[in-house]
Amino acid sequence: MSKMYYRELYCGTPARYWSGLALLGVIIAIGLGAAYYMEHNGHWVTGMSNQIVWGLPHVFAIFLIVAASGALNVASIGSVFGGPLYKPLGRYSGLLAIGLLAGGLMVLVLDLGRPDRLIVAMTEYNFKSIFAWNVILYTGFFAIVGIYLWTMIDRSVNKYNRTVGFAAFFWRIALTTGTGSIFGFLVAREAYDAAIMAPMFVIMSFSYGLAFFIITLIAAYIWGDRELGDFRLTKLKNLLGVFVGAVFYFTLAYNLTNLYITQHHGIERFILLDGGVYTQMFWIGQIFIGSIIPLFLIYSPAFEKSRWAIAAASIAVLIGGFFQIYVIVIGGQAYPMNLFPGKEVVESGFYDGQVMSYVPTLPEAALGVAGIAVALTMVAVGARVFKVFPETLED
Amino acid sequence: MSNKSDQPNMDRRKMIGGAIAATGAMTIAPGVILHAASVSDEASAGADAKHRWGMLIDSNKCADGCSACVDACNTEHGLKGHGRPATDAVWIRPVKLKDKQTGRENRLVMMCQHCEHPPCVDVCPTNASFKRVDGIVLVDRHRCIGCRYCMMACPYKARSFIHEALTEQSVNAPRGKGCVESCTLCVHRVDDGVMQTACQEACSKEGHDAILFGDLNDPNSEISKTLKSTNSVQIRADLELNTGVRYLNL
Ligand code: SF4
Ligand code: SF4
Repeated sequence: MSKMYYRELYCGTPARYWSGLALLGVIIAIGLGAAYYMEHNGHWVTGMSNQIVWGLPHVFAIFLIVAASGALNVASIGSVFGGPLYKPLGRYSGLLAIGLLAGGLMVLVLDLGRPDRLIVAMTEYNFKSIFAWNVILYTGFFAIVGIYLWTMIDRSVNKYNRTVGFAAFFWRIALTTGTGSIFGFLVAREAYDAAIMAPMFVIMSFSYGLAFFIITLIAAYIWGDRELGDFRLTKLKNLLGVFVGAVFYFTLAYNLTNLYITQHHGIERFILLDGGVYTQMFWIGQIFIGSIIPLFLIYSPAFEKSRWAIAAASIAVLIGGFFQIYVIVIGGQAYPMNLFPGKEVVESGFYDGQVMSYVPTLPEAALGVAGIAVALTMVAVGARVFKVFPETLED
Repeated sequence: MSNKSDQPNMDRRKMIGGAIAATGAMTIAPGVILHAASVSDEASAGADAKHRWGMLIDSNKCADGCSACVDACNTEHGLKGHGRPATDAVWIRPVKLKDKQTGRENRLVMMCQHCEHPPCVDVCPTNASFKRVDGIVLVDRHRCIGCRYCMMACPYKARSFIHEALTEQSVNAPRGKGCVESCTLCVHRVDDGVMQTACQEACSKEGHDAILFGDLNDPNSEISKTLKSTNSVQIRADLELNTGVRYLNL
C-alpha cells in the first residue's frame, strides 16, 4: 500500500466552515438554555414524572454513548486486527468516538436533578453501583482513546499503537457492557430482566457507531473535496450490513426468550401488540426503518455502488436505533410493574397497575439534539486542528 | 422474625453480597487506593444495630376511602401537592386490590419497604441512598445528585423525585428540588425515642389500627409477637429483599 498522508480538513470555503460551526453553536446554546430552564423550574416542566423517571434526554444520552463505543470499531479493526483498508480511517474513528461520548455525557449530566453536584459523582463511589463504574469507564474511555489517537498521529510513539489499540478495544467493550448492564440490574422491571441486555447493547453499539461513522465520513469528504474510494466504502457498507443483521437477530432472541418466560408475557404483549405508540415505534421505527430498509439498501444489487443508498442506509440505522433505545428506556418504564401477582389494582394513590403516558417536551428534545451538536462540533474542530483525515481515500 | 415458607433463604444472597462488597476498595495504581465511602457509618450515628425497625400492615383493617395516614405523613414531613399528581411527592399511598380468581377485594398502604437488601442502595452511584444499622433506608439529601437510578431500581415504586423548588419545609425532613426521597420510617421520631410513626398514630386515632410499628429484632415487641403468631407476607417476596414492612391478610 502506498504511503498515507493525513491533512487537516478544510472545507470548501472558510465561510462555509464557520457558518456550519456557528449553526452548531446556536444549537448547543439552545440546548444549554433548555437545560437551564428545566433545572431552574425543576423537572415538572418536562414530560418526566415519578413514574417515567428517565425521559427523552436519557434516550439521547444512551444512544450517543452506545454509538461512541461503536464508532471506535473502525480503529480497532485497523490496528488490532490489522485491516489495511481500515487503518487509514483509525484516527477519525477515535475522534468521532470521543465526540459522541462527550455529547452523550453532556446530556446525561445536564438532566441530573443536581448537575451542580457532579463533583460528588466524581469523588464518591459506591462500587456496587454500575453507575459508579460507568463514571470510571467513561472517564477512562476519554483517556485511552486520547492516547490511542496520539499513538496513531505521533510517529515517535507509534510502536505502542497496537498495545493501546488492544486496551481501547477491551475498554470499549466493557463500557458498552456497563451501559447495557444499567438495565440488567433492574430486576423488578420485566422489560429489563434479561441477561441478553448487555451483549445486545454491544452489538447495537457496533451498528449505530458504524452508521455514524459512515455518514459523517461521506459528509466530510464531500465537504473537503477529497477523494473517497468506492471499494473502501463498499467494505464499510458490508460491515454495516452484518451489524444490522446481528442487531436484528438479538432483537429476535430477546423477544423470543421473553415469550418463553411466562411472567414476561405481559411486557411482550405490550411492546409487540397493544402498547400503542411503543408498539408502533417497535415495528415501524426499530424493525422497518432500522432493520429492513437498511438491509434492503445495503444488499440490493440495484444500489451496489450508490453512495446515496449507503448514506440513506446509515441514516435509517440511526433513526431505527434511536427508536430502539426509546422503546427500551421509555416503553420499559411505561409498562406497569407487577407488585401484586394474581391481583388487579382497583384504586391506587400512585398509578399502580396503570400504563403511564409520557409526552416529551421541547426542552428535553433541545437538550438531546444539543448532545449531537456537541459531538459534531468536536469532530469538526478536531478534524480541522489535527491531521485526522487522509488526504485521499481513493482505492 | 417470623420464619415462614415464603421467607426466602438469605444465605445465597449474603454470599453474593459479600463478593460484591469485597470490591468496595480497589487499587487504581500502586499506592492509590479508593475506598467505598462509609457514609452509612456517620449517618447512622443515632442508630442502634440492636434494633431493626419495621411495620406490619393489616390489610383487613385498612378502611375504604380513608386517607388518615397519608394526610398525617404529608403534614409530618411537609409534603404538599402542587396539583400535579404525576410529579407530586408520594411517600405513602393506599392501594385497593381485587383478586383475579376469587374477586375478594382488599386495601393496603404501600411505602418504602425498608429492605434488608435494598436495590436502591445497591445502584446509588454516590452512596446517597443508604441503610442505617437499624434497618431504616434513607437518602442523604446533600449527596443525592438526582440521577433517579434508585427509582428505576426500587421494585415498590416507593420513591419520589422532587420536581420543583420547595417552600415552608418541615423541620422533620430536609428535602429539596432535584433530589429523591421516600418514607423515612419517621426516623426523626425514632431518634427522639418516640416509638410511633405519624401514619400509625393517625390510623389508630381513626380507630382502625391497621399499622403497627416496632422492633423486628426484639422478640417481646408487639410487632414481633404478632408476626410470630400470624401468617404475614412480604410483597414480592420472590425478590428476596427481606423487607422491613410486612402485610397481613393480603
Ligand atoms: S422499598 Fe424501594 S426505596 Fe425502600 S428500601 Fe426497598 S428498594 Fe429502597
Ligand atoms: S437519585 Fe440520588 S439517591 Fe437515587 S440513586 Fe441517584 S444519587 Fe442515589
